[in-house]
This record gives sequence, C-alpha cells and structure tokens, in this order.
Amino acid sequence: MVQEMAHPFSKYLRAEMMPHIWCTGCGNGVVLNCFAHALDELQLDLDKLVVVSGIGCIGRTAGYINADSFHTTHGRALAFATGVKLANPELEVMVISGDGDLFAIGGNHFIHAARRNIGIKVLCVNNLNYGMTGGQQGPTTPLGSITTTSPYGNIEHPFNLVHLAAASGATYVARWTTLHVRRLTQSIKRMLQKKGFCFIEVLSPCPEIYGRYNKMRSGLEMMGWFRKASVIDSFSDPSKAEITPERIAVGEFVDVEKLSYERMLHEKISKINEEAMEKVS
Amino acid sequence: MPKVKNILTGAHFLNGDVACAEAALVAGCRFFAGYPITPATEIAETLSMRMPELGGIYIQMEDEIASLAAVIGASYSGLKAMTATSGPGFSLMQENIGLAVMTEAPCVIVDVMRAGPSTGQPTMPGQQDVMQAKWGSHGDYGIIALTPSSVQEMFDLTVEAFNLSETYRVPALLMADEIVGHMWEKVVIPPMDKVRIVNRKKPNVSPEEYKPFLPDDDLVPPMACFGEGYHFHATGLTHNESGYPRTSSSEDQTRLVNRLCEKIQKNADKIVRVEEVMLDDADVAVVAYGIVARAALSAIKKAREKGIKAGLLRLITLWPFPEEHVAKVAQHVRAIAVPEMNCGQLVREVERAARETPVTFLSKLGEEPHTPTEILDAIRRAA
Amino acid sequence: MPERIRHAALDKETIKQVKTEIHLIKDECKGCGYCIEYCPRKVLEESDEINARGVHPPKVVDESKCMNCGFCTAVCPDFAIFVIEKPNEKDVKHAKS
Repeated sequence: MVQEMAHPFSKYLRAEMMPHIWCTGCGNGVVLNCFAHALDELQLDLDKLVVVSGIGCIGRTAGYINADSFHTTHGRALAFATGVKLANPELEVMVISGDGDLFAIGGNHFIHAARRNIGIKVLCVNNLNYGMTGGQQGPTTPLGSITTTSPYGNIEHPFNLVHLAAASGATYVARWTTLHVRRLTQSIKRMLQKKGFCFIEVLSPCPEIYGRYNKMRSGLEMMGWFRKASVIDSFSDPSKAEITPERIAVGEFVDVEKLSYERMLHEKISKINEEAMEKVS
Repeated sequence: MPKVKNILTGAHFLNGDVACAEAALVAGCRFFAGYPITPATEIAETLSMRMPELGGIYIQMEDEIASLAAVIGASYSGLKAMTATSGPGFSLMQENIGLAVMTEAPCVIVDVMRAGPSTGQPTMPGQQDVMQAKWGSHGDYGIIALTPSSVQEMFDLTVEAFNLSETYRVPALLMADEIVGHMWEKVVIPPMDKVRIVNRKKPNVSPEEYKPFLPDDDLVPPMACFGEGYHFHATGLTHNESGYPRTSSSEDQTRLVNRLCEKIQKNADKIVRVEEVMLDDADVAVVAYGIVARAALSAIKKAREKGIKAGLLRLITLWPFPEEHVAKVAQHVRAIAVPEMNCGQLVREVERAARETPVTFLSKLGEEPHTPTEILDAIRRAA
Repeated sequence: MPERIRHAALDKETIKQVKTEIHLIKDECKGCGYCIEYCPRKVLEESDEINARGVHPPKVVDESKCMNCGFCTAVCPDFAIFVIEKPNEKDVKHAKS
C-alpha cells in the first residue's frame, strides 16, 4: 500500500476547495466521483465546460469542479444556464442541482428548459429532502416520510421526476442511484455526447438528516434500500416509474433525437443576419 | 420604419421603447431575454425582430426571474445583455439583481415604470419604483440608475447604461416612466464611429494567476468569461477574491460588501449626471426627473417671466444620488420644490442632501404628470 | 462444485492475474463504509486506527485478492481510496477458479 500518489481525479477538482463539506456517506461525493470519472473517460475539453449549480448541498459541486463554474440563486440555475448556452453554444453546459432547487422553486424553469430542448445537461441529485437547510420536506419526499416540516408524516404525493422530465420534452431521461456507479458514469457520458436537453436523476443517500428521520441511519442502510428495491427497467413507461419503498425503477427511460433550441436559433439568426447584411450592402 | 439596415443611423420618429431597443443594438447588446409586460413590451417586440438582423439573440423566457437569470448567464458568456420590464416584473427581478451585483455581472435592466403598487394601472405612468431601484434587493450594495426625460434620452441613456455597467461591472438600471416609454419624438441615431462604446476590462494575467474578484485601483475586477480557459468560480455566496465561498468569515464579508458599495460611491463623480437650468442666480430650485422635468422646465420659465428667480436641477442619474449637486444648489436657494409622480420617494434624498433648506414635495398620481401651472404654484408659494 | 462444471478456462494461457496497488488517503476518509461493504472480494475491512476525522478508515486484508474492479474507487464519496494496476507487472498466470 503506497500513500504518496495523488488521486487520479485530482485534476478535475479544485485543490483549494477540497475536502468537500458533505457528510459521511452523502451521495453527493459519489456523484462528483462519477462525474469526474465520466470527464476522464471522455477526455472532455475542460476549457469548454461550464458547471452551473443551484442552492443546496449538491449546489456546492460547482465550487469543487475545476472548470468555469457558477453558483446561482435558488432555483434559477436552468434559466442562467439558458443564457450561457445560447450566448456561446460551443460551451458544454452542465446543471448539477438538487431535487428542491430544480423542482420546487425551479420547477417552472425546468419544464420550460426541457420544453425548449435547450442543449443543457441536467444532473439532479435527489436526496428526498432539503438537506442543506436541515431536512425539510420537498417535492420528492416520499409519502409518509418524517421531515422537520412534516413531523407527522408527509402527506404530499411526490413527483415522479423521470415522468416529469419525459413529459416536458427531454431527449434523454435516466434514473440511477449512487449504488449504480458504473451505469451512472456511462449515463453521464451518454448525456455529454448527446444534443438537446438531457436529464439524469440520481437517488442519493442523505444519512445525517433524511436517513436519520426515516429509519435509515447510515449511508449503508440507504444504499441497502437502493440495492434491495432497484430494478433496471430501461425504456419502460416513465409514468409508471414512481419511487416506492419496494420498487425503484432505474435505467434509461428516454433516448431520442429532437432538434435543439440553440441549433434552430442560430440557424435562424444566421439566415436573418445574412439577409439583413445583404440589404445594407 | 425605414428599410432594415444594420444600425439605423439618421433621424427618426420613434417611441421611447423602440428608441431604447435601437440604442441597445448600437451599444453592442447582442442578447435580450424578456417577458411581455405593459408598457415595456415594445422593447421586446422590437428586439425580437432586430436582434437576429444583427446576429444577436432574443429569447422570451417564462418569467421575469428567468429573464434576468438568462441575462446574467449571457453576460458571463461574454455578451452584452439586457432585459426590460415594468413594476411587477422589476419586483420579481430583485433577487437576481442581487446576484448580478454580487457576481459583478454587467447588464442593463430597463424598468418602464407604471402605476403601482401591485398590478396597478398597466397603461398609466408612475415614478413609484425609484427607491426600489436602490433598495429593492436585500443586502447592502451600490447600483447605477438613470432616468430619461425624452425619447432622445431614452436612446442616449441606454447606450450610457451599457457603458456604465461594463465599466463598473454592475447592473445599470434605466428607470423610464410609461410616458417617455410610449411617446413619439424625433431621435437622432449617430453613425457608429461617433458613438462611445465601453467594454469590460479583461484580465491580463494567466489563468493560474487570475483571481476573478481581485479589484484594480478603481475597485473593479477585470472580468474573464466562460470558455476562455480561466476555470473560475463565481457565486452569490459571500466570497473571497478567488471567488470561493467564505460563509464564515467576517473579514471577507466586510471587505466584499464594502467594496460593492464603494465601487459606485467612490466613483460617483464619474457616474453622476445632472442638467442645471438657470440655477446660478436662482432663489427657488425645482429638483425633478423623467417626464415631470419637462413640465418643471416650462414652470421655471413661466416663473422667470413673472419675476421669480427659479431654476431647475434635472436629475439624469438617480443612483448614486447626486447629493453634491443638490447640496450645492441648496446652499444658495431659499427653497426647493420636488414634484414626483409618487407619494414621496426621491424627495427624501433631496431633503437629506439639502439639510436646512426647506423642501416642498408635490405628489401627483394618475395618468398625467404635473402641469407646469401646478409646479409654478408651488414655486410661487416657496418664493 | 460438480466435476463436470469445473473445467479450465479456454483463455487460461493468455489471461493475466492483475496485481494492484490499493491507495488509501486515510485522512480523507469519512468512514462511510461503502468500499468495505461493496468490495466483491472482501479485500477491505474497518481498521482500528482513528484518522484525523475521528473515524476508522478501511484497511487492506489481502491485497492479492483485489482484481482491480475499481468499485471502491468509483463509489468513494471522498476520493479517499483508489486502486491502480501495479506498474510493469505483466506476468501471465492461470486464472483462479
């Protein structure tokens, strides 16, 4: 056992910002690891990568990745990313954010970005609650869960995110858990090589808060739930892919080609600009 | 409208909103994200047609919050970017104005003010957002706000707003009222080589040495953009010069927030613009802005005819507030009258700067600005 | 295992047994236990020592059992463990059944 070598993915991480702030067993670290792994396998040009994140524990990811990054206001990552991508379509724009940021306050921006099919790649890390602020219920909190703002048990039906993303028009929709590290890495790679709006939901343990309130005190116990309940059901009906204690449908649900917004926009602009310039001369 | 060309150099008969849109194009704006709202919709409609002609991007976002977020994103991608709205949308944008201030993103936000509060009277004028322009977002910060009194100024000040936002890496607000936004007047658009355009300072160090929020002596940091190889981080959290979050450091908070305020305050002498009319020997001064200043100009001329030595201090910059100009005027006049189309907003700043000199406030709400006679009566009472 | 199933692998002449180096950045470990739990060869177990974070990092039980599947490297949330192939080891050996 040798101890002096640096981790092979150190070059994807900002040294001054590490170690990250995430708790023991937090899935955010696993997602960051998978993302770095995907970047490494693709040998993506880091100069062209922009990571945009929202507010939340996973929102800190933008600070950790060694690329141009921006940490926006709560829920607005997709709107901000829209401006970035349209202004410079050569950039690879990743939005890495959480379930509350993307689907509660950010819900409206999500469905419109997906509808427009803007070539933004979204990684939604779903830890089933609002972790950063101490564990409140969110739009993906399972029915009956105990959280700090649903102390008697959550009575709100949660979103089925893959269904929502597919219905909104995303061209790539996948769900994995932090247990499925290899498949998640491959999904991220697939996403980065596709055009159009892509979405991956990653179920992630929040052992210190969500897990503690809901009888899964350690990351291992939550991962144990993933292991027991996950079933790979690729290209099955997204509307039937709700997450229940007994069944977590994972896999790739949608993988289609559709004309992206920025391609249509820039083709139109070129054409109109050419015609306008001809009139000038 | 004349046949489509690149920049519409020449004399035109335009409404304020259209003049603003054309000015944005002249200033080099190539990204507009907006949402329809009376009375600013014409800016969006004009740019939806004109932007692609100049190779720029127009997008209608799902709401005003998204509009400003997209504008900040485009600014960070290197484009000059603008949005336009009115009161209700301006309120929605406040959180992201804070983000633009905190991340020092150059951008222009046009607020064609209408009668408020809330939905109010969408087609009626107001000057009710002028305090909100400075204090609307939470936290302490400096911001620049300009206000036009004519359609030509709608044009000129839009260009100026872009230049100021690029110079100081701060959102620049154009606080127009609905009347200036919708009225039609002659506008002269100069040839491009006669227009002063300012672009943001770029870094002259290597990516390894670059610190995105390390200011120069003018308190403004040079700005790298996405895709230039700098791999920098920007966040709305309190941050250090390297851009990294510093949420537990009192020193970083003190240093950063003070700099964001001083960036504007200490450069106020280079930013503030006013117009002084017949103030040198005045006994009574009227301090006014926007469409109301036009009536005020008429009023002081009438007052002079009647033998009252009246003068006008027309504010072109609302924020930073032209306190030195007001203080200087206050020193040699007997009284100051401030007509506003609100219930008393900028008058508070005038009172503060005028110190002992008595200040009278004239409120007017509704579809018409103050008439010259109303302002003349106030001048008479004050004299 | 029944006799009829236990036969030699068809590529046993060419397959090589990987020799690996397991790198532990001990003070980065937060003690989540994922690497220990999910290693298919049970190469790791919790050690008794306490690291700078006050948790028990893993320790290697038998490095030779590691077959470089890379799962621990991929699943560690803290970039505290990684496995690489031992450099310059190109021995050809029979695969173990």
